[in-house]
Amino acid sequence: MGWTRKVLRVNLTTGTCVAEPLNMEWAQDYLGCRGLATKYFTTEVDPKVDPLSPANKMLMVTGPLTGTMASTGGRYSVVTKGPLTGAIACSNSGGYFGAEMKFAGWDMIIFEGKSPKPVYLYVENDRAELLDAAGLWGKSCWDTEETIKASHQDPQIRVCSIGLAGENQVLFACIINDLHRAAGRSGVGAVMGSKNLKAVAIRGTKGFGGIRDFPAFLEVTNQKKKILADNAVTGQGLPKYGTQVLMNVINEMGALPTRNHRDVQFDQASKIGGEAMHEKRPTDGKAQLVTNAACFACTIACGRISKIDQTHFTVTNNPKYWGATGGLEYEAAWALGAANGVGDLEALHYANMLCNEQGMDPITFGTTVGAAMELYELGLLTKEQIGEEAPFGSTKAMAHFAEITARGEGFGKELALGSKRLCAKYGRPDLSMSVKGQEFPAYDGRAIQGMGLAYATSNRGACHLRGYTVASEVLGIPVKTDPHVTEGKAELVKAFQDATGVFDSAGICIFTSFAWGLADVQPQIAAACEGDWSMEKLALMGERIWNMEKQFNLAAGLGKKDDDLPPRLKTEACKTGPAKGLVSGLDKMLPEYYQIRGWNEDGVPKRETLERLGL
Amino acid sequence: MKITLKLHANLMDRLPPGTKGHAVVLDVDDGTCVGDVLAQYDLPPKIAKLVLVNGHYVAPEARAAAPLHDGDHLAVWPPVAGG
Repeated sequence: MGWTRKVLRVNLTTGTCVAEPLNMEWAQDYLGCRGLATKYFTTEVDPKVDPLSPANKMLMVTGPLTGTMASTGGRYSVVTKGPLTGAIACSNSGGYFGAEMKFAGWDMIIFEGKSPKPVYLYVENDRAELLDAAGLWGKSCWDTEETIKASHQDPQIRVCSIGLAGENQVLFACIINDLHRAAGRSGVGAVMGSKNLKAVAIRGTKGFGGIRDFPAFLEVTNQKKKILADNAVTGQGLPKYGTQVLMNVINEMGALPTRNHRDVQFDQASKIGGEAMHEKRPTDGKAQLVTNAACFACTIACGRISKIDQTHFTVTNNPKYWGATGGLEYEAAWALGAANGVGDLEALHYANMLCNEQGMDPITFGTTVGAAMELYELGLLTKEQIGEEAPFGSTKAMAHFAEITARGEGFGKELALGSKRLCAKYGRPDLSMSVKGQEFPAYDGRAIQGMGLAYATSNRGACHLRGYTVASEVLGIPVKTDPHVTEGKAELVKAFQDATGVFDSAGICIFTSFAWGLADVQPQIAAACEGDWSMEKLALMGERIWNMEKQFNLAAGLGKKDDDLPPRLKTEACKTGPAKGLVSGLDKMLPEYYQIRGWNEDGVPKRETLERLGL
Repeated sequence: MKITLKLHANLMDRLPPGTKGHAVVLDVDDGTCVGDVLAQYDLPPKIAKLVLVNGHYVAPEARAAAPLHDGDHLAVWPPVAGG
């Protein structure tokens, strides 16, 4: 539908919902979703704003391909200033919520201010109103969605909400839609909680329209779906094993961060990977994985639907967790498992369910537990302080922490601050495996050098989805590069970062990039949207978005010191595996990266760079 | 000499019946190359997308002449990806 050309501005302080036209001039420069919302956000919000204050804004936004038949065209993003990082935050989610927003006729919803009491936004096509959420406050994301659908007597409403984690402003709270899809990182759920906004419920019945050239769009989207279907990764590997298939790959090549990055290989990796989810359990003869699942319009279907072993100690007396629900994906399984040395697949699924139920980012949660376990092993935390024996590998401690963190109970209040603040409090800030306060995902920056640079320079803190050079360095997509060398990585990282900005701004899933290049996305955008959408324009747009985010961060007070890795990755070499002896070569890559970006030696975009990008 | 062959994802089906997990120890002749083992298990480059020896990547064009040594771990995946 290209754009609906409508923005809904919701002032939570005054309780007003006002429609306004989409800025089509900006849409031509920033397309939609991540790019366009960041343009709005950075124009309207002081970079120095306290992320959890009413002056911060939160934007929910679709892309021009969201809600269409373009494969994976169901994405929406949440853009705000992140409380975990103090940097720009943009968290992207699939499911069905984004498409429903489009069907109701909205490109974007801008939330500003703070409601004096808990509310939720209810949108039914053109009608939007804030409703009392007193009866929802204190409920989980799962119960909130069910209650809203029941109260409106409409099971087809799509809901995104915060759970207890968002209400309690856990700094890595996420926003959950469709029960187990998440705008997951940087604490966007805490911002929503700070505004007393419990949920957004949308019913859209307008369908989609407004495609610039519908016959061409139909033809090109079908062609591109065939590419996804015929590709062995997107047509076979991801549907069958999901992202979890990477657990054994990354472990084998010695790049699986283990026990708070002390190690790079986990001896129990094969027990918690994608293949293990297919294995029948001795207890009940059933595999944990029930089936795969797809988000709106997705023809890949990498999602996992799983069932826990009912005899597992975590749920024996708690049947509400026995049903089929969103299962482990690679990042969650790694963070809850290898990152803290836990090799119990059922416990990982349990903790992942709690993260979905109460709206917590399992990456930051799991890695913060890993940091806590290291502090415990060093004697800086004691059982008396945290309520559990918590050495690396303690399944019981990990599961317990998952229960108390969202609820803000006991030591959970400290875990809720993330590893940076936790480690600083106990005198070892160096043990936080994070960049800009956001924890690493599941690839070691020493064994995959490009990822070290991608983490250090990511505008939203350590993140794999801002420049996934794993595709090239490990998987050979589009070309194989050596993960152990630093040469050429600055250019590689920049290319991935800029291209990702285009995928994210179109409203499609980045996983299409395992089979699609920009040349596959471009004709879909061109058929859907008015204007010139050449390859050159899109490539420039991706770079523009990256620089716009960078400028916001610089104005927020971040600088070169924040484009850095923890000392462990720069001084403690990998102990085992093919990368044994390697540390990150960030010191070699970063200056080259700045140069290629057209930034000065302090990482500040030069005037000519900004002029070239129209910033 | 003995090597450990690890077949992952849907390649696990090619392991000998009764194999537990995804690894099997093989007795192979001295001088056996990666390509020889892959051929024995009918794993052309289109299927054996990712081939690692002791975690090190072996490019398709190098497999035929890449020697294996006693104790090596040869791990093979079909085209996979994650996030």
